[in-house]
Amino acid sequence: MSNARLPTRALLAALLLLAALFPLAAPNGYYIYVMSLAFIMAISATGLNLILGYTGQLNLAHAGFMAVGAYTVGILTVDHGVPFWIAFALSGVSAAVLGFFAGLVSLRLKTHYFVIFTLCVGFILYLVIEKFEGLTHGTVGVIGIPAPPAIGPVSFETPVAQYYLVLAFLCLALWVMHRIVRSLLGRAFVAIRNSEDLAEALGVNLMRTKLLAFVLSTVYAGLAGGLYAGFVRFLGPSIALESNTFDLVTYILVGGIGTLFGPVLGALVLTWVTQSLQFLQDFRMIVFGPMLILLVMFFPQGLIGFVQERRAKRNTREKAAPAHREARANA
Amino acid sequence: MLEIRNLTKTFGGLAAVRDVSTRFEKGRISAIIGPNGAGKSTFFNLIAGLHRPTSGQILFEGADVTGLRPDQMAVRGVARSFQTTHLFDKASVLDNLIVGHRLRTKSTFWDVLLNTRRLRDEERACRAKAEEVLDFVGLSSVADRLAGEISQEERKRAAFALALATDPKILLLDEPAGGVNPEETAGLAALIRKMAAGGLTVCLIEHKMDMIMSLADTIVVLDHGEMIAEGPPSSVQSNPRVIEAYLGADYVAA
Ligand SMILES: Nc1ncnc2c1ncn2[C@@H]1O[C@H](COP(=O)(O)OP(=O)(O)O)[C@@H](O)[C@H]1O
Ligand SMILES: [Mg+2]
Repeated sequence: MSNARLPTRALLAALLLLAALFPLAAPNGYYIYVMSLAFIMAISATGLNLILGYTGQLNLAHAGFMAVGAYTVGILTVDHGVPFWIAFALSGVSAAVLGFFAGLVSLRLKTHYFVIFTLCVGFILYLVIEKFEGLTHGTVGVIGIPAPPAIGPVSFETPVAQYYLVLAFLCLALWVMHRIVRSLLGRAFVAIRNSEDLAEALGVNLMRTKLLAFVLSTVYAGLAGGLYAGFVRFLGPSIALESNTFDLVTYILVGGIGTLFGPVLGALVLTWVTQSLQFLQDFRMIVFGPMLILLVMFFPQGLIGFVQERRAKRNTREKAAPAHREARANA
Repeated sequence: MLEIRNLTKTFGGLAAVRDVSTRFEKGRISAIIGPNGAGKSTFFNLIAGLHRPTSGQILFEGADVTGLRPDQMAVRGVARSFQTTHLFDKASVLDNLIVGHRLRTKSTFWDVLLNTRRLRDEERACRAKAEEVLDFVGLSSVADRLAGEISQEERKRAAFALALATDPKILLLDEPAGGVNPEETAGLAALIRKMAAGGLTVCLIEHKMDMIMSLADTIVVLDHGEMIAEGPPSSVQSNPRVIEAYLGADYVAA
């Protein structure tokens, strides 16, 4: 275990260093902007991965909860003069409260019934945002959201500072997720994904455990939305659309479903692939589509899933070999 | 320790289990037999809380547990294995078992977030329990193998270990020897005997008659949801209703 973890540690430190140096190497501000946005999406995808990848429930309303968080920041800061950081904290709370009630109803359903129900929940969130003009400004959107103000001596005026802010939140999000999925609680989530009947027979309270995973994932969505609002500083109803959830699902599938870093890798890879195909304009789907299909065919577990599976096989073989020899010697 | 009173379950008019009354004593091995579709799995599902009985009562250690959920039954000490063994193939055998002891732990999400001492102690306890039950079922040598790579018989043993990790008082095994060869069946029977010797009450559904006859202290025979016989193997074996319904003429001849 320890010698398998060491290179991972070193790799993580190297990746963090790369991320920290990225703004220095970026040819212009646009690159920093795109990367920051990819990080925000990665936070949201990390949350979706908890309910989809670890617990096995596809929640198609995830973008809707991200919109709830974003609009919480937008409405509170612009219309009510609430300080940004308070509004930001509330973006996680409002998504969690809505997530709790949506989860309480939708998690009574299983398999595709659950998926269809959450698709409806997402669409209702979209409609509410679009039609409830008094609260949300409807199709006009929320304009002029303030940038995150300084925390002590650290200000977030420049795009580079905002990049580091978003990066810090991404690291925090991953660290908390690491805690969750490695714990007994995370094992209960995975047990549900593996077989609901078996998990229940092992004493896992299905409703309570699934609801917890659901609410936690919406907290991630809400906070990612809150960051998005402070970063893009303009909001329209379209961020609640289910097509955004599908993008997040694609990130997860490409990077590795049910792995800690899969959603991040997927978000980064696909963001930059999409960017580099911009020159093809409307034809880029002709390139992008087959690329995705090939990836899913040859790496059904995603990029990180593929690497992990190979490593797990190698590890268990190394460890199993001496144990087997011992067993045979004893026999 | 487990008493069943007039248990009935109907699925849309069809009685899968009809007015069954029996009791299972501590430390004994009981077998449920009967032809396919007799209601054996449904009977287990009722006891384990997966189905709610249409009528009747289930008493466990004197308390009425009728209508409790499966997770509540598990906490009270009713463990079960399923007809098909669900293990997560991409994790190690040991990893698959750690969650089995979670129901005996108390840490919550806040312990996880703060990485409290309680959580770390409980995680260590769950791992120790997994190692202990793996050793008990004789799988220590494959603890680090991926669950997808072990043999069918080893999967059956792993399923026992998972049930044992919950610290049960009674174990319900649905066709524990399905799909394994006669030699391995004997090994599994020995393991079941070892579990009962440790004070565990065991209740199993099985088609392999020679295994049942040598293993079970009592046999309950179901046919079309009804209990048609109950008693020690010798009396059940010679019961004319049982021979007619299930064992068949060849069995008597054999
Ligand atoms: N969930 C269910 N819904 C409807 N019918 C069921 C269900 N489970 C079992 N049955 C029916 O109950 C009867 C008994 O099934 P089962 O308990 O699986 O039998 P056995 O395990 O003895 O082969 C069968 O006729 C089966 O079709
Ligand atoms: Mg059956």
